[in-house]
Amino acid sequence: MSTHTALEEGFPAKHFLNQGTTFKSWATTIDHKRIALMYLVTVLFTFFLGGVFALLLRIELLTPGPGIMDAQSYNRVFSLHGIIMVFLFMIPAVPGVFGNFMLPLMIGAKDVAFPKLNLATYYIYVLGALFAVWGLWNGGVDTGWTFYAPYSTTTATKVVPVLLGAFTVGMSSILTGVNFMTTVHTLRAPGLTWGKLPLFVWAIYGTAAVQVLATPVIGLVTLLVAAEAGFGFGLFDPARGGDPLLMQHLFWFYSHPAVYIMILPAMGVVSEVIATFSRRQVFGYKMLAGSTLGIALVGFFVWGHHLFVSGQSTFNAGVFGVLTMLVGVFTAIKVFNWVLTMYKGAIDFKTPFLYAMGFLYFIIFGGMTGIALAVVSLDIHWHDTYFVVAHFHFVMVGSVVMGFLAALHYWFPKMFGKMYSDRWGLAAALFVFIGFNVTFIPQFLLGNMGMPRRYYQYPEVFRTLNVMSTAGAGLLGFGFAFILIVLVVALIKGKVAGPNPWFSKGYEWNTTSPPDMHNFHEVPVMVDAPHAYEKVPEGTLAAQEAAKTEAEGAHHHV
Amino acid sequence: MSDASAGMLDHAPHFNSAAHEKRAAQMGMWLFLVNEVLLFAGLFTAFFMYRFMYTDTFRYLAFVELDWVMGTVNTGVLLASSFTVVLAVQAARAHKSNQVGLWLLATIGFAGVFLVIKYFEYTHKIHEGLLPGSYFSYDLSESIARVKGDPVKMSHIADANINLNNVGNGAPMFFTLYFFITGLHGIHVLIGMGLLGWMAKRAFNGEFARRNDTPIELSGMYWHLVDLIWIYVYPMLYLL
Repeated sequence: MSTHTALEEGFPAKHFLNQGTTFKSWATTIDHKRIALMYLVTVLFTFFLGGVFALLLRIELLTPGPGIMDAQSYNRVFSLHGIIMVFLFMIPAVPGVFGNFMLPLMIGAKDVAFPKLNLATYYIYVLGALFAVWGLWNGGVDTGWTFYAPYSTTTATKVVPVLLGAFTVGMSSILTGVNFMTTVHTLRAPGLTWGKLPLFVWAIYGTAAVQVLATPVIGLVTLLVAAEAGFGFGLFDPARGGDPLLMQHLFWFYSHPAVYIMILPAMGVVSEVIATFSRRQVFGYKMLAGSTLGIALVGFFVWGHHLFVSGQSTFNAGVFGVLTMLVGVFTAIKVFNWVLTMYKGAIDFKTPFLYAMGFLYFIIFGGMTGIALAVVSLDIHWHDTYFVVAHFHFVMVGSVVMGFLAALHYWFPKMFGKMYSDRWGLAAALFVFIGFNVTFIPQFLLGNMGMPRRYYQYPEVFRTLNVMSTAGAGLLGFGFAFILIVLVVALIKGKVAGPNPWFSKGYEWNTTSPPDMHNFHEVPVMVDAPHAYEKVPEGTLAAQEAAKTEAEGAHHHV
Repeated sequence: MSDASAGMLDHAPHFNSAAHEKRAAQMGMWLFLVNEVLLFAGLFTAFFMYRFMYTDTFRYLAFVELDWVMGTVNTGVLLASSFTVVLAVQAARAHKSNQVGLWLLATIGFAGVFLVIKYFEYTHKIHEGLLPGSYFSYDLSESIARVKGDPVKMSHIADANINLNNVGNGAPMFFTLYFFITGLHGIHVLIGMGLLGWMAKRAFNGEFARRNDTPIELSGMYWHLVDLIWIYVYPMLYLL
């Protein structure tokens, strides 16, 4: 071993990244880990694209009057931002990247159940994304990401290609769900019972169920709206006896559960990260797994809270409001269990842990404002104001992106075998965290003052808060660039991570980093529970403290 | 793992056995079918909502303008095709590859008959101007006048309690839904024919002579679903 340099120690000579380096070997790979990396590159690109449009919006809103664009361009830009972020980034991000990479590793499988389908799913996603982006580029749409009829069916902008793009991306999402559910059911390693599944696997499983059950409905909606916009079918056109509200109901029947397609995997990530960095068995494993399924289930019965001011009956609105609060109950169960996991744990404050803490803050803040919005009387005041915008950005951007970044920093050493600088990682995380708050807290205030969403101009009174929000967006953008630099530097000249740099008990750390082409050299047998930290792992701060306590105890005996 | 050393694995390497792989494949197909059911469920919801809004119009159009004989014959044709696909699966289980191919061809034949009948229904409707949304150009008052002159039809209308004064509003909507539902189902029939055709080709190449019935089982499951959806579409459009 003396001939080995420090770089080679703990770094396998052969791993999935260097088994074939040609373009073709990547483009035709059926290895889930490589497909995950292809997703990673793609969603980072869509995130960048959506982010650039967000910055353009914020620059326009820097001044009360018209700035860099006219009203119509503004409509297009916010539609672009929303459609790209929702359909092309958030929905595929965590399942596509980390679900793909980690799910088979976490259940001790060689691959997902249908590897070829997995690759096809990726290409279907890319095809849909190209479709949508092409439409957005050539004329764009000005409907927002919700495509509400009859506006979407009468606008002169190019809705049909964008709708077909959304349909295609949805198909990819469905097939991912089918693949992951089957994988969890059929490919668990010997000894890995349902009660021992890592919490991230539970989260991916719940997500997959929502993907399979909800996505076909939006697929149908996009087809119906496209048929109406393209051919005048009149299904949602009051002039032909149609009812636009039907479109909204069908749309939100998918699009509300879609929020849980985004947030559940992020919650799974946070469960893993908190257990690992607290060095404690997760508190309330069954509660955490059960509340995941609870959110997935209740998520199907809350869509009406998007329609409080649409003229639905007071009774309906009340029922939808109460059901919505149930989501808050399940989320609170999770939050309490996470906090209790940390309680008396030996906390190792690394970058992924900071992101997990950020997630907790955003989910509590965003979740509580969500509960407030579920109260019909309050919602009528805040409806279509920046309060709603700030709320869903806290949940969808704050929490989901925090979860995504926690996952990225937590599993980066496993995926690439290299370790980034924790100090710079923490610094970048602080920028993101502060930038995010500075961007969106002013928007809560603006919304409460009555500033409506989706306008490119506003009265002078809203100026200060809008300037703050734009400044925050700049900080946020800088933070993301910072993260990218930290990680790219780590890829080029990071230290070798070794198989398990975090001393995690998670099953995915049982293999080399980066993993072998076939994941494991032999079929793993799962004996311990995935978050069992009774034995303090060697080399951690907690181990040193335990040793010290023991030594002191021994001293007393003498 | 002796199979692997022999280089002739009868299943993908990430499964333990062929039976294991088959179990996964079937589960995947079931989940896919669940998704298909939800796709149509959204459409059925739309149909029932508008039927509730325009009850008399929808019932009148279903009774007077849809040909229940053609619908019934088509239901029979699809049921027969389901039967032949079951026979194909049976043949696959018995490793009789040629028989599999023949039964699949029979299934495709029934599917073709279904589409031909559908074609006649469609051309008739297009000819009459019974079309979706903005294309609807049918003179409904003339149709009502004709029905009023026909005592047999009028007695049916009276039995069914259809109020002719309410007929009119929502008529283009009925045909929007009619064409969308049967069209989406028709696309599924076409996809199924393509799938079964591909399987038939593989069958005649002798691929199912060895123990390998999973592809036929899965195609059969898909075909049964296409059939099952029609079992709901038929009474919904033609009979209710």
